[in-house]
Amino acid sequence: MKLKTNNLREAGLIVIIATLCLVMSFASEFFLTWENMRAMLLSFAIEGIVVVGMTVLLIVGGIDLAVGSVVCLSMVIVGALFLHGFDPWTASVIAVVASAGIGLCMGLCVTKIGLSHFIASLAFMVIARGLSLAITQGTPQSLFSLPAEFKLIGQGTIYGLPVVILIFGFIVVVSDYILRKSVLFRKVFYTGSNERAAMYAGIDVNSVKLWVTVLCGTMSGIAGVVYTARFGAATPTFGVGMELNVIAAAVIGGASLKGGSGTIYGAVLGLALLSVVTSSLILLDVSVYFQDVIKGAILLIAVSLDHWINSRKQSN
Amino acid sequence: MLLELRGVKKSFGATNALIGVDFSLQAGQIHAVCGENGAGKSTLMKVIDGILQPDVGQIFIEGTQVLIRDPGHAARLGISLVHQEISLCGSASVAENIFMYEINQSKRLLMDYQELQVRAKKIINTLDKEIDTSINVENLTLSNQQLVEIAKALALDCKILILDEPTTSLTEVESKSLFKILRSLAKGGIGIVYISHRMAEIFDNCSHITVLRDGASVFNGLVKDTTPDEIISKMVGRELGKYYPEKSKTIGTDPLFEVINVSDASRVNSVSFQILPGEILGIAGLVGAGRSEIAKTICGLTPKTSGSVKINGEPVNASSYRAALAEGIAYLSEDRKSEGVFLDLSIQSNISSMALRAVQTTMMTVDAEKEKVQAEELGLRLKLKASSVAANTSSLSGGNQQKVAIAKLLATRPRIIFMDEPTRGVDVGAKAEIHQVLRQLCNEGVGVAVISSELPEIIGLCDRTIVIRNGTVVGQLSAHETTEESILRMASGMA
Repeated sequence: MKLKTNNLREAGLIVIIATLCLVMSFASEFFLTWENMRAMLLSFAIEGIVVVGMTVLLIVGGIDLAVGSVVCLSMVIVGALFLHGFDPWTASVIAVVASAGIGLCMGLCVTKIGLSHFIASLAFMVIARGLSLAITQGTPQSLFSLPAEFKLIGQGTIYGLPVVILIFGFIVVVSDYILRKSVLFRKVFYTGSNERAAMYAGIDVNSVKLWVTVLCGTMSGIAGVVYTARFGAATPTFGVGMELNVIAAAVIGGASLKGGSGTIYGAVLGLALLSVVTSSLILLDVSVYFQDVIKGAILLIAVSLDHWINSRKQSN
Repeated sequence: MLLELRGVKKSFGATNALIGVDFSLQAGQIHAVCGENGAGKSTLMKVIDGILQPDVGQIFIEGTQVLIRDPGHAARLGISLVHQEISLCGSASVAENIFMYEINQSKRLLMDYQELQVRAKKIINTLDKEIDTSINVENLTLSNQQLVEIAKALALDCKILILDEPTTSLTEVESKSLFKILRSLAKGGIGIVYISHRMAEIFDNCSHITVLRDGASVFNGLVKDTTPDEIISKMVGRELGKYYPEKSKTIGTDPLFEVINVSDASRVNSVSFQILPGEILGIAGLVGAGRSEIAKTICGLTPKTSGSVKINGEPVNASSYRAALAEGIAYLSEDRKSEGVFLDLSIQSNISSMALRAVQTTMMTVDAEKEKVQAEELGLRLKLKASSVAANTSSLSGGNQQKVAIAKLLATRPRIIFMDEPTRGVDVGAKAEIHQVLRQLCNEGVGVAVISSELPEIIGLCDRTIVIRNGTVVGQLSAHETTEESILRMASGMA
């Protein structure tokens, strides 16, 4: 039944996305071209890595508003270390570890002090952004001297497929499998669904919450490294507002803010939908300022629909 | 001896939940534990399951003294507890819930859902029941959820099985098959602790019985050597205090307030009763019987699906709490801290909060002077002890906070007032003062209904009592018929 409802939602999202693409192909002959598809996929592939971490965190009943800032901090750390003579691979490892560290601090605030994820991550959103600005003194770092092998991560192709998309695909497939099948991640669902019941079953709910928060930070860090390789630059204002897009995608894809449910494929499809909409709006020449209004409306409709279906299910 | 507890004590702040419990369980026993609401049964079970740690006292399992750290540890020691409140993961499947403990302990990397389903089905089948083990628990009925909770305990390879009122939401047939299993488990050498209010169940199925009263074990012995009457008198066995106000001498005949066939979507089932002028009506029943739900539905806090209410014979609109308040029907919540008062606001702004119009200036702002006067008047009437009415409500003791919550309702000038556990967690002095105020209100012509789990309070305060079971009125008792025994009999379905 659970699989069925999830599959139903995912199928629904695919139908909506396909319909939208079909309609758009009449509106703009450019839309259904390989170039445009590739551009769309590229535009959300890296964000998709962040969505994976966020989805798991939402399932445990948490939320991370700091993802955009942490992605940016990770980029800035890679950039700054590289400019100070580190090789970019070492710099990347340090950046990912630092991002995981932010996740760890956030998780400790939640599990040891007892703050909510919302407040803890709000604080770290500001802290991480501040660190990025402090490290760069507020100016973008140009990194065009990055070695070609490193830039390959973000810009190269293998058999015509962008490496970015391969990385994204790999992370999605693996994390989906682990999330659904592994014993370890079952505890995430239990904890998010009913923390007390999980505790009564002997699950150490605090350590589950802690490592899931660290995981989310780590994914943001990895995304930051890939972005750096893709852009060959690190801007201290990058990723502002990314958290909203990422949370919206996960929620459209079936993750509940109350915890206990969510799937990776659902969240990725949610992100794809938002991305197709954005791309359509651009091709249709809709004002940039108006695009957010439509995206917000889509989120509202998706979530309301979900709420409505759920409340009907419960009254039956 | 499978399990033995010696002198277990546990307190929460100033409340002594357990003041010295001795308990022993042998393999093969089905051992009933009973006691009134608040006697400490659930606390005791939480101590055995490691959710709570005793302040004083020893626990022995098979002769070895143990310190049970947490529920996981309890499970490793062979203890399994079926909770009174259902604690399942709603968005996980039946099978995943049943094996939650095992999955947590598992050293395997991947889940084998198919195998889980097969084994879950087997356990459910032993309960003579068909439940689809692949659907999410949140889609099950309450009684099926209860069965899953029991299946979860059976899935553990336990030596000691504790069931905390497991049959409250089961049908007769389901209860019967549960007992069949319990008996066969007991034969196999498992010790079973069975907590229940239902005398019939206990006397049909249990071999031993322990009675708790006010946090202490006061009786234990063989079920066949005792009678339900003896057990009920052991559960009660208290002297009534002498500080209750005098009962009413003149009770009218035309009802002040009438409730006619009120139902809600789930817990309230065709409730009808009256409040007569000059009487305080008691509403008694066991925890979970639906007393608060009934009051909330009458006051429009939860939607009615049918039924109506009348004041002085006139039908009134109580479809929402706002409408009910406008008609003069007020409800005092049993949960003072989260529903009763605004802890961070001053006493005076708490008291004016439900009737802001009374302290309003012509410019629609709050007239602080009026607010202060009103708070002082009501404070005086309720004998509120506070440095000033401008003080924060959080600075008050529990009893005085409760007085603020009551004053807040009185500021709305109610005609009918439902008091849900008006003296819970209140010290003896404040309790008597609150009782005096209720009697005064009643004499002034306000209809007063008191919900209380404390039977002495019902007996001492109320002029007439209705008893609630399964969301409906199962009987009423006049002042001279009201005893703890008569209430408990009706409430547990024995009468």
